[in-house]
Amino acid sequence: MDPFIEINAIRKGLADGEYSSAEITKFYLDRAKKLNSQLNSFISFCEEQAIEQAKNADNKIAEGSSGPITGIPLAHKDIFCTKGITTTCGSRMLENFVAPYDATVVERLNKAGAVTIGKANMDEFAMGSSNENSYFGNTSNPWDTDRVPGGSSGGSAAAVAAGMIPIATGTDTGGSIRQPAAFCGISGLKPTYGRVSRYGMIAFASSLDQAGVLGRSVADICLLLSQFGGPDVLDSTSHPIPDNWLSSNPKLNPTKPEAKITIGLPREYFDQTPNLKSVEIAMRVFENAGCILKEVSLPSTESAIPAYYIIAGAEASTNLSRYDGVRFGYRCQDPESLSDLYQRSRNEGFGKEVKRRILTGTYALSVGYYDAYYLKAQKIRRLIQQDFLEVFNKVDLILCPTSPGVAFKKGALSENPVEMYKQDIFTIPSSLAGLPAMSIPCGFQNNLPIGMQLIAPHFAERKLIEWGHYFQSLTDWHKKVPELS
Amino acid sequence: MHENKWEMVIGLEVHVQLATQSKIFSGAPVKFGEPPNSQACAVDLGLPGVLPVLNEEAVKMAILFGLAIGAKINTHSIFDRKNYFYPDLPKGYQISQFEYPIVGTGSLTIDLENGDSKTIGITRAHLEEDAGKSIHDAYPGMTAIDLNRTGTPLLEIVSDPDLRSPEEASAYFRKLASLVSYLKICDGDMSQGSMRCDANVSIRESGSNKLGQRTEIKNVNSFRFIEKAISYEVNRQITIVESGHLIKQETLLYDSEIDETRPMRSKEYSNDYRYFPDPDLLPLKLSEELINSIKNKLPELPEFRQERFIQEYGLTIYDASWLVEDPELADFFEATTESSNNAKLTANWVMGELIAALNREELKVSESRISPEELAELILRITDGTLSSKLAKTAFEKMWEEEKPVDDIIEIYGLEQVSDDDEIKAIIKEVLESNPKQVEQFRQGKEKVLGFFVGKIMQATNGKANPQQVNTLLRILIK
Amino acid sequence: MPKIDVEHLSRLAQIGLEGEELSELYENLDQIMRMVDQMREIDTTEVEPLAHPLDANQQLRSDVQTEEIDRELNQAMAPLIEDGFYIVPRVVD
Repeated sequence: MDPFIEINAIRKGLADGEYSSAEITKFYLDRAKKLNSQLNSFISFCEEQAIEQAKNADNKIAEGSSGPITGIPLAHKDIFCTKGITTTCGSRMLENFVAPYDATVVERLNKAGAVTIGKANMDEFAMGSSNENSYFGNTSNPWDTDRVPGGSSGGSAAAVAAGMIPIATGTDTGGSIRQPAAFCGISGLKPTYGRVSRYGMIAFASSLDQAGVLGRSVADICLLLSQFGGPDVLDSTSHPIPDNWLSSNPKLNPTKPEAKITIGLPREYFDQTPNLKSVEIAMRVFENAGCILKEVSLPSTESAIPAYYIIAGAEASTNLSRYDGVRFGYRCQDPESLSDLYQRSRNEGFGKEVKRRILTGTYALSVGYYDAYYLKAQKIRRLIQQDFLEVFNKVDLILCPTSPGVAFKKGALSENPVEMYKQDIFTIPSSLAGLPAMSIPCGFQNNLPIGMQLIAPHFAERKLIEWGHYFQSLTDWHKKVPELS
Repeated sequence: MHENKWEMVIGLEVHVQLATQSKIFSGAPVKFGEPPNSQACAVDLGLPGVLPVLNEEAVKMAILFGLAIGAKINTHSIFDRKNYFYPDLPKGYQISQFEYPIVGTGSLTIDLENGDSKTIGITRAHLEEDAGKSIHDAYPGMTAIDLNRTGTPLLEIVSDPDLRSPEEASAYFRKLASLVSYLKICDGDMSQGSMRCDANVSIRESGSNKLGQRTEIKNVNSFRFIEKAISYEVNRQITIVESGHLIKQETLLYDSEIDETRPMRSKEYSNDYRYFPDPDLLPLKLSEELINSIKNKLPELPEFRQERFIQEYGLTIYDASWLVEDPELADFFEATTESSNNAKLTANWVMGELIAALNREELKVSESRISPEELAELILRITDGTLSSKLAKTAFEKMWEEEKPVDDIIEIYGLEQVSDDDEIKAIIKEVLESNPKQVEQFRQGKEKVLGFFVGKIMQATNGKANPQQVNTLLRILIK
Repeated sequence: MPKIDVEHLSRLAQIGLEGEELSELYENLDQIMRMVDQMREIDTTEVEPLAHPLDANQQLRSDVQTEEIDRELNQAMAPLIEDGFYIVPRVVD
């Protein structure tokens, strides 16, 4: 069986009785376990539960009561709480944490009949761009195992790219779906802030975090997102109005979605990119399809990184206060006093990057610095959002590189946090603005994948998906697969 | 202490637990006295990934309170995180409102003992979540944490520093308690901590406009203790200042057993709370429509009711203010008066026998063993002469014990007043005949012996004779 | 830029940093804040801060009990429990 098969093909195989869900589940489990020693994309597998879910799915299929993703195996980033299965968030702090509830995303996918085979590796608490911040060891890029898969959803990206699983969930705070998707040569969508419930998704920066999908194709992503997006009473920041198009599980046409859209090319993003060639070729594809390309300007782009690290750090610094060794999670040995319990549990339970972000955020919120840092960053966030809103008065979509470079070597940036932070320059601004954005493979450089990014106005996922799908019907970069020994 | 040399400046922060069914940010129940940690759900426990969702009823209650104190309701308010570590604060931050509270400036008028009233400014009122409880003495060397209370909705009401004595502070606290029970937004059970008070206390030389260094007394939950705690603290501050020392800004706990305040160790290191808008909660925007619909639900407030009691029922200010403090008691009074048609007598019975009986058994007004209708029946039997006021008390006690209507009790115990002239005359004659010596004494001008005869006659009738009738007839027959 | 007091920050954040890690984090923070300081160059007078990407109203829930509490399950991963209480070293109020 071809492990790189798309979901629609698996559905057909299941419907035609070519194989059962239990069989493909076993197939992916075996393959993923085997490749995991090389790639370390999974933190844990849940074989027993997966087989049970698969059998239930097979029953549904036999009864004829199956839905669009019944019996499809998938992986969850280990940031989503899964009832009865350890959820670590890539941290020693949660090494043994078993949530008594499912995240809304997990619950909805379970209900839709998906089969979870395991939990994907990630940067600790989703803080990182290389997956080198996982307590459970870093993940390798399937295209070159000396290189990083990107982060923080690096485990999900590497697993999909290596054919260990057809599709995986991820989360994106400042680029954590799009950048690893680009580094691993797959597609990744971060929906509009509020499109997907954050309930049960362990918080990093609450005003930025958004769940999404990493998959082999835009069509696959659309299918999965249609099953878990939409309002949720457990998340008061989830958007109360559902996307009727998306929830109708739309059939995607390979024909042009609509005539003559205008695509904006932000000057500030193209000024500093060595990868231009691939993105330029992608631009021509759109142009040949009748789209109008137009240079636009997002002048506040450069201040996005500092604003992001202040806002995300501030929110993270207090989101992570609950890890205190009292009710769950890591507790240090023989604490002498309450303060000893707090200080050692948190010092021993958190990794370096997490501590850096907590301290940065604590600093930005502390008395005397709030206005200069936190409030200033919020104002810059407004300017960045205004930039986008103005541009979207003139264009339908924005096209730009996903990342300034291809996957870098392990260790290349890990000693230099600021250089590492700068990797997110193209994904952070749209995160700050809360916009939906997607990374799609658009070429290679020295056998390493390159991603382009499409950004749409708030809640215009349909545009992203239809145009992304159309692009993939004209190109085959997303069909390239790495050679694995 | 030089009473007049120093002026006290006191402001209170009162935390009112709102009487909702579920918690402020979760669907867990709000119940007290349950086993530890049995009322705290994943959201209350601050488990990873959970999110707060605000209880609509808590918002409505805050608005209702704001309207009742004539405050501006802010149509745009923000929930913030107040960050500090403490084991009974599961998330490491409390969700509260800092810069933009739901209720703005308002005021409350209090009645002072000397009959004056004074208007106390209210700076603001905001919604927040309660913390859990730490139990320090149950396990040696350990503190035990019960998070059942975590997430109970609180309305924190902050007064201006307008209070000038411990008595004023207590009167203000009492008035707030009365108001929130009128509004039915708090169960008013002080012993369960449903209203808790922090007092900011400072002193300054009389006539000065400068504020002195203040201290904060935390967590007092009775009217009496707030008065005592402030008295103690003011005296402490005066002693310090008069001995030439400076007051230290600190947080204090009041120990009611030894009547003293002492510094709170856990607050020694002044906290930098790093308030900032909670990114899990969008701004709370309220429509004028909602506010108006709540305005229509405002009940009659205590000061208006007091005024009405004076006008409508002719009660004294004292009786009226006493009766209206507890809305249930005021309701009981009104319901009784409706049938008894005698407001003054009803007021006396409600404030006298009824309260005494309720207090004796520590019952709430709603748990009274005698209903307003039954009490009204009793009062009617007094006004129609069936019961003497003395026997009426006996009847009340029997009604309370046996939970039977007054007429049954009169019947069973034969409490009916004897008002029949012939019957009383016959008894008087009998008594006069058997006490010729005293009759002689009266005739010689010794008026005092009348009392002796009345006593004898009442004894002979088991107290059932109408005393006025006895007096009149006795004076006739003895001559 | 003022010198960052990492020790104070680590106390506020209750992270017991020690020795080398403390000085390393100081270096990191210093470097990060230098990068952050480029924000100062942006004119933000009269710009309203943006706390949330969507200009939406807060969604409320109605006042009903929806949670059934399973204490045993909730406490299954707790480090130390005694009679249903969470236990920490003695705190003095």
